[in-house]
Amino acid sequence: MNVDKALIEAVAVNARIALSEKEKERFVKDFKEILEAFSIVSSAPVSDRISVHPEPVVDVMRSDEPHTCLTQEAALRNTQHKKDGYFKGPRAL
Amino acid sequence: MIELRRYVKEVSQGEHDVVDIARKALASAKSIDKEHAYFNTFADERFIEEANAKPKGRLAGVAISVKDCVCVKGVESTAGSDILRGYKPLFDATAVERVWKQGGMIIGKTSQDEFGFGGFSVNIGKGYRVPKNPFDTNRSCGGSSGGAAGMTRKAEFPHLAIGESTGGSITCPAAFCGVVGFCPTYGRVSRWGLIDYANSLDKIGSMAKNVRDAALLIEVMAGSDPQDSTCSDLPVEQFSTVDGDIKGLRVGIIKEAFGEGVDPAVAESVKNATRELEAKGAIIKEISLPLNAKYGIPTYYLIAMCEASTNLAKYGGMRYGAHEKLEGDFNTYFTKVRTAHFGDEAKRRLMLGTFARMAGYRDAYYLRALKLRSALIDEYKSAFKGVDVLASPTMPMVAPTFDEISKLTPLQNYMADILTVGPNVAGLPHISVPVSPAHRMPVGIQLVADHFKESTLVRTGVNLE
Repeated sequence: MNVDKALIEAVAVNARIALSEKEKERFVKDFKEILEAFSIVSSAPVSDRISVHPEPVVDVMRSDEPHTCLTQEAALRNTQHKKDGYFKGPRAL
Repeated sequence: MIELRRYVKEVSQGEHDVVDIARKALASAKSIDKEHAYFNTFADERFIEEANAKPKGRLAGVAISVKDCVCVKGVESTAGSDILRGYKPLFDATAVERVWKQGGMIIGKTSQDEFGFGGFSVNIGKGYRVPKNPFDTNRSCGGSSGGAAGMTRKAEFPHLAIGESTGGSITCPAAFCGVVGFCPTYGRVSRWGLIDYANSLDKIGSMAKNVRDAALLIEVMAGSDPQDSTCSDLPVEQFSTVDGDIKGLRVGIIKEAFGEGVDPAVAESVKNATRELEAKGAIIKEISLPLNAKYGIPTYYLIAMCEASTNLAKYGGMRYGAHEKLEGDFNTYFTKVRTAHFGDEAKRRLMLGTFARMAGYRDAYYLRALKLRSALIDEYKSAFKGVDVLASPTMPMVAPTFDEISKLTPLQNYMADILTVGPNVAGLPHISVPVSPAHRMPVGIQLVADHFKESTLVRTGVNLE
């Protein structure tokens, strides 16, 4: 696995994290050490089965009945960015 | 100190001034916290209100500390992360609500590694304090439920702790702090209201000074919940009251857990404990789990980091938690908030998890780990055909000093979880029970049972007290 600064920069963009030059150097080193150790999974005797959960999960949908939910005022209680009863986000374009 | 279950009974009969007990408990917890940093937030108002409300039920009058990642209505809940600073949930997690309905009184939120990302409670969020071991303040409490374990050890009032484990975050700190840590089967306790680390691995559990008290708290929290589709609807056994008869119980000693990398003094303490079980009628066998020993760590970390990186995607400084000045476009703003408020280890796991899910790498890492998890579960299932319980040291060493921890690389940090990741990846119930100390520090034996066999852990564990 070839880990270099360009890879770290691409991952950081996807992760929405800005890295300093020093952090990039540290991540190159960390990635190399960790991915080398974890590369043993490529030769491991795996099962054909994918276990997304440790036990099979039966996803049962709730009945389609109205019930109480948060008020608009309550939903906005934890934000500093609100306007006219809505969340206010950064500009889209 | 009064025995907890007797105290609960007496509270229900009106024999105690619960408000007075609560005030003294709060003062005592704050005094302990000053030196040991076990709490991120105290729930003063709610705690005293609940004491005033004449609590009734199976936990009547018991102070319940809640790991910071479990939501408590109206009380700052941050999972130890600066990015959630100021967040006050509008609801109680199901586990908290059930505890409250049984008379438990919420005293505060305990310290932890940020989002659970660590085994020593040193990977704390920006501006948080590192909890210190109750036996030696130069040493770690273990993690990530470090504050919960330390408080459980130090509390001299009726107290139980709600902890949470993703890869060993209940049994590790329990072992290092000399208390019982009980992690139930995945899906036994609803995760609704838990601030996720990794959805397919997270389990809410308990800590207490003895096995039956820890089991009682699980019993109260467990059971189906329509708010969590992964929560099991199997009936909850009254496992806190099972007998301690272990005649003929088959205990498998995990061969790989006593070899290289394990402190011989720790291994000896745990071996002695298994001899005690044998003397009480258990049948001891040696069991080998080579796949779990070799592949447990990478399987756990790959799955956990991938899930964590998707969970952490929701923190963007808009709806709750840390905010910044609203400027720039979406990506600029989110990047600014996340860069400023995530800690170092959170960024590392976010980066590694994002990488392992990226096109070109996903099949080789994430999907491969999910297939490997099936093989690890199969290995456990096969072992449980021949034994009822598996035993090993909980941790390969006693609690390390902060100086020792500071010299570890990230990978060496991850390797310390070698004995706890297996049951967590497989979603198996496990418990850590204190055994005889080594190097004057606590040691825990970790017992693992098959899915939903929590009662077997209680039956075995009470024989070691």
